[in-house]
Amino acid sequence: MIRFDNVSKSYPGSSGGLREVSLHILPGEMVFLTGHSGAGKSTLLKLVGLLERSSRGQVWVNKHNLTRLKPADVPLLRREVGMIFQDHRLLVDRTVFDNVALPLVVAGLGHQEIRRRVQAALDKVSLLKKARVLPVTLSGGEQQRVGIARAIVSKPPVVLADEPTGNLDPELSHEIMQLFQEFNQVGVTLLIATHDLALVESMQKRILTLEQGRLLRDSRSSEST
Amino acid sequence: MKARKRQQGFNRRLRPATWLARHAQVLFSSLGRLWQRPLGSLMTLLVLGIAIALPLGLHLLVNNLQQLVSQWDSGASISVFLKENTDEKTVKTLVRTLQTEQTIRDIRHVSPQQAMEEFRQHSDFASALELLDDNPLPHVLLIYPRDAKIPAKKLQVFLQKLENHPEVELALADLQWVERFQGITHIIQRAALVLAVLLSLAVLLIIGNTIRLEIQGRRDEIEIIKLVGGSNAFIRRPFLYEGFWYGLFSSLIAMVLIFLSALALQNPVSHLASLYQSDFQLSGLAITTTLGVIGSSVLLGILGAWIAVHQHLGDMEPD
Repeated sequence: MIRFDNVSKSYPGSSGGLREVSLHILPGEMVFLTGHSGAGKSTLLKLVGLLERSSRGQVWVNKHNLTRLKPADVPLLRREVGMIFQDHRLLVDRTVFDNVALPLVVAGLGHQEIRRRVQAALDKVSLLKKARVLPVTLSGGEQQRVGIARAIVSKPPVVLADEPTGNLDPELSHEIMQLFQEFNQVGVTLLIATHDLALVESMQKRILTLEQGRLLRDSRSSEST
Repeated sequence: MKARKRQQGFNRRLRPATWLARHAQVLFSSLGRLWQRPLGSLMTLLVLGIAIALPLGLHLLVNNLQQLVSQWDSGASISVFLKENTDEKTVKTLVRTLQTEQTIRDIRHVSPQQAMEEFRQHSDFASALELLDDNPLPHVLLIYPRDAKIPAKKLQVFLQKLENHPEVELALADLQWVERFQGITHIIQRAALVLAVLLSLAVLLIIGNTIRLEIQGRRDEIEIIKLVGGSNAFIRRPFLYEGFWYGLFSSLIAMVLIFLSALALQNPVSHLASLYQSDFQLSGLAITTTLGVIGSSVLLGILGAWIAVHQHLGDMEPD
């Protein structure tokens, strides 16, 4: 589902990025990405979501070689990858419904189908009653759930989350993780970057640890050895 | 190599009905965006409307002047003054001879008596004329050429030819001022063309700049749309439709401005024309011109929007 073959990403004038990272995430896996700030977690997610291109090596997502992907195909790849951010990235002047519907609108679905899917996604994150309000009237946890609904509404095979619980209290963080687990149970591949080690360990899932751009530890490999 | 073979394509198919529905929705939502900021949109549209109305007004002026000139053309003539003491019989023979000329459309003979009568009626010297013993006015032939727009050189040759007749004292053309007037009309016509080109460029820049500001104001939205898989075409579309609306509405405003200006000028022009015994009426824009202006404005709107979007969309990648 997601494969990195000796992938490096460097930024001019910066020591950040990734250095020769190789990894393989299978379909239906739920994987946590941990490490200190600047370890390369966000860079790795950006490479998967094609917000960045690798400097060296090859990145495969859902059988697409992103290294060779034409610019015109970038939007199509992004439709196969749901993305969740710490700052939610919602359209403040659109309703919750419109925000969640956005991936379906860009994909060209009909009105009926959009309504059906958005209602299902909002129901999943328990926000169906708030479909017609603006995101600014919601709490941080609710806004994050809108972001999650938007990421899963088009049923992408891969969902990426960059510090999804960064601004949430432990109870809300746990609720969000439960949601991710539910998506994972229906076959969605999840790659979640977080520095909340306690939360990660409580989930008992595969953990990839990055340090200074290198893959320091893969819990699956550790288990197998 | 194996990995390359495994690479899958993307589903790009979009049903025609969905495609049409999407365009229709964006068409009206972009109109709604203009409506959301009525004052700003109206000010921009008025500026654009005036920019379109200026060359259009000049074009209309030229058209009306040409119409006026064509009326004068048909009445313009060459006055041929015959020698003193030329008798009626000789005049008739000369008229018959001249009528065989291909270049002459019509000839009107004004006898000395008729000339005296006209002079008496149209001048303030009626009482003075009573004091004259003899009628000093000669026979005059008013010659209407078939082509009123004779070039100056040909006209000179023609006048010379008329003067070569032994009965002719003098041949004078009152076509020259028409020619000069046509020259002025051509200058105005050219000025209208230059103005149209310059103001079209201004329309393009104004719409382009308006769309550029719109794009910058919606930077966050554009980045989020790109994040969820929105293509450049999807992002570009509402801005192009906005350009379409700007072009359409500004051309309609220009038409209204022209109509109101023509309405304001109609009575004074008719009054002035009546002073010259003319029934000249200001004519409005032809339907083909109207449609052409609307079409060109819409195209300029879309082009201006396209340039703005093309310049700025590439800079807006999500991070």
